[in-house]
Amino acid sequence: MIEHLPVILITVPILSALLILLLGWHDRRFCYPITLATILFQFVGGIALLIEVMRQGTIHYHIGGWAPPLGIEFVIDTFNGYILPIILFLAVAAAVYARRSVENEIEPEKIVSFYVLFQLLVTGLVGMTITGDIFNLYVFLEISSIAAYTLIASTRRPRACVAALNYLILGSIAGGFVLLGIGNLYVATGTLNMADIARLLPASYGLATVHTAFLLLVIGFSIKVALFPLHLWLPDAYTEAPSAVTVLISTVMAKVSVYAMFRVVFSVFTTAYFVETVPVTELILLIAAVAIVAGAVLAIAQDDLKRMLAYSSVSQIGYIVFALGVANQVALEGGLLHILGHAVMKGCLFMVAGVIIYRLGTSRFSDLKGVAATMPVTCATFALAGASMIGVPPTIGFASKYYLVMGALEAGYWVYAAVLLAGSLLAVGYIWRFIEVAYFSASSHHEDGGDHCPAPAVREAPLSMLVPMVVLGFLCLLLGIFVEPIMEIVSPAVSLLLGGA
Amino acid sequence: MEAVFEVFLSHYNYWMAIILIMIGFYALIAKGNLVKKLIGLNIFQTAIFLFYISLAEVEGGIAPIYLPEGMEAVYVNPIPHVLILTAIVVGVSVTAVGLALIVRIYEEYGVIDEAGLLKVVKRR
Amino acid sequence: MKENVVIRTVSRISVPFIQVFALYVIVHGAVGAGGGFQGGVVFAASFILMFIAFGLSGVEKRLGKKWLMIYSVIGVAIYAGIGFLCLAAGGNYLEYGAVESALGVAHLHGYQIDAVEMGIGITVMAVMVSIISDMSDRGGESP
Repeated sequence: MIEHLPVILITVPILSALLILLLGWHDRRFCYPITLATILFQFVGGIALLIEVMRQGTIHYHIGGWAPPLGIEFVIDTFNGYILPIILFLAVAAAVYARRSVENEIEPEKIVSFYVLFQLLVTGLVGMTITGDIFNLYVFLEISSIAAYTLIASTRRPRACVAALNYLILGSIAGGFVLLGIGNLYVATGTLNMADIARLLPASYGLATVHTAFLLLVIGFSIKVALFPLHLWLPDAYTEAPSAVTVLISTVMAKVSVYAMFRVVFSVFTTAYFVETVPVTELILLIAAVAIVAGAVLAIAQDDLKRMLAYSSVSQIGYIVFALGVANQVALEGGLLHILGHAVMKGCLFMVAGVIIYRLGTSRFSDLKGVAATMPVTCATFALAGASMIGVPPTIGFASKYYLVMGALEAGYWVYAAVLLAGSLLAVGYIWRFIEVAYFSASSHHEDGGDHCPAPAVREAPLSMLVPMVVLGFLCLLLGIFVEPIMEIVSPAVSLLLGGA
Repeated sequence: MEAVFEVFLSHYNYWMAIILIMIGFYALIAKGNLVKKLIGLNIFQTAIFLFYISLAEVEGGIAPIYLPEGMEAVYVNPIPHVLILTAIVVGVSVTAVGLALIVRIYEEYGVIDEAGLLKVVKRR
Repeated sequence: MKENVVIRTVSRISVPFIQVFALYVIVHGAVGAGGGFQGGVVFAASFILMFIAFGLSGVEKRLGKKWLMIYSVIGVAIYAGIGFLCLAAGGNYLEYGAVESALGVAHLHGYQIDAVEMGIGITVMAVMVSIISDMSDRGGESP
């Protein structure tokens, strides 16, 4: 059964979505156990695949028995073997977190649909991670995007539909560009298999078709990844979505989009193309540096906690694309480490925001004064994850930024390394904002005397929301301390990316 | 002048696809009504499908359906046709979700115009 | 009132023909133009014609929301079922040849492809009709 694990990882969430749809019609309480069981099974499967890849090398799985390049195949090498357990673990955390949060924010008739869409989103993302065929990548990208549009709009907040429509239009444009880029690649090489395209492409490096394909694919994936200045859908989408959905999309979906961008740029157009033949790395570095600074500055200017974290995501994505721009071994190791680190950190931070919304009903800074007195564990976790976001040693944020700075210095980009450090300084600005409001401001509930609408009981979060949050927070610290075992997986992944196909 | 005409005429299918993509993009950006924006998105996606299918053409080829035994023929490339079938389904799903969202927005705010929507959202 | 009679009679007559044509399109996917998705949409078009002529209640009487949901589940389950059948027979996912060699019968590819197309057609039909019936259910209701 282990050799069929790739296809089982994709069909099991589809079948569980069907099961939830059928059983949820009768009784709503069936949805959550089925979801949790499926996600746990997938997580175990992801770990098993990673162990298998580390032991015996790249796994190929031919669907239908048809051999590539004519057939569709699933390829699991060290790179997506590394990404797969990360996203499945975050999905488990989001699923455990979602139970109470969803009951609070989504109408009861829609809870069944929420869990069905959750499973479909996970299907799309897992499929996007393990496929080895570039059109299959587009299909799974669209599946996950459509599930995401609907999940964002599923709450009672009135602005959620506008945010979802905004995301839909921009995401569909991005999908259209990716499709056009794939078409251009097909014209240039005649095949759709990623390894085969990488083999056949060097013969056509001079063609305008290949340049157009590269441009369209990079722009399409940049819109999906929310690279500045194509990030305009992100703040509204992350802020107005239900809290569990924000946790899921900001961690899992953003990471898989970044994975797809790296996969297409490094494994299809190898470094021989975009470093030597058509040197665009300087431009990508410049855009990434602007993203880091602009995202952080915009985050400091916000007065709503979720919105601030959304702009912080824009800044952190800049860090990962920075690794793509530098494109040497050390920087790419930092980039991959940041994929893991940012997923854990941002997941924890958005869970904190969700807990605050669950208990207080709002996330504006003016309403959060002195909240640390009544929710000590939540704010302590925020402090821990925030310290990791800034890059305080020995957290994982520090480890990834260290590698990035080392890589930039090694390639001779002194100014850009300074930009990275400036980004960390700006991160202090927005993390400190919440810590000051939570710990060092007098509580607004005592001051006003309780004449306005009675605040909901401000206690600590329920256990099912507290546990994933605290686990992720501690992981920020633990992963930073025990970074060596992770580097054993990341280094071969980076060598694979840089070696080309 | 002759050369420009020649370039246009020899690749007229690509030119048509690009012109339609631009028209769809223009409708997406410039029109105020939300439903018209969605129609612009549809035109954009359909033009991309046209681009794909036009590049499947083989000169003198017939539709890629097997003829009865013994008859030889040149078939057009069937792979883009198959890809576009999937992409059409994706386009239909996106349009359905978009229209459902527009219905929700209309129920919630009572406006379906982008400028009016911005005003009403800011007010709330 | 008079126009309604004409529309209702014509649609009542033509709906069976549309559905038979839809089945033809589904089954001919393997050897001609057509397939699961196209046939499913044509099948749904017959129900949408009834919706235009008889209103939402006319369609709901014949195809309620509960059955639409069950049909969409059945279609995907057939597709996944054929895939897992090939897994159980010892081949890769959706490897039709494995079932042939496991059962010892030749020329089974066509039947499996037809079954998959049927599944797709059922699901597409159910989803298209449910899109129309869900969207016209609201129209003016307060959330």
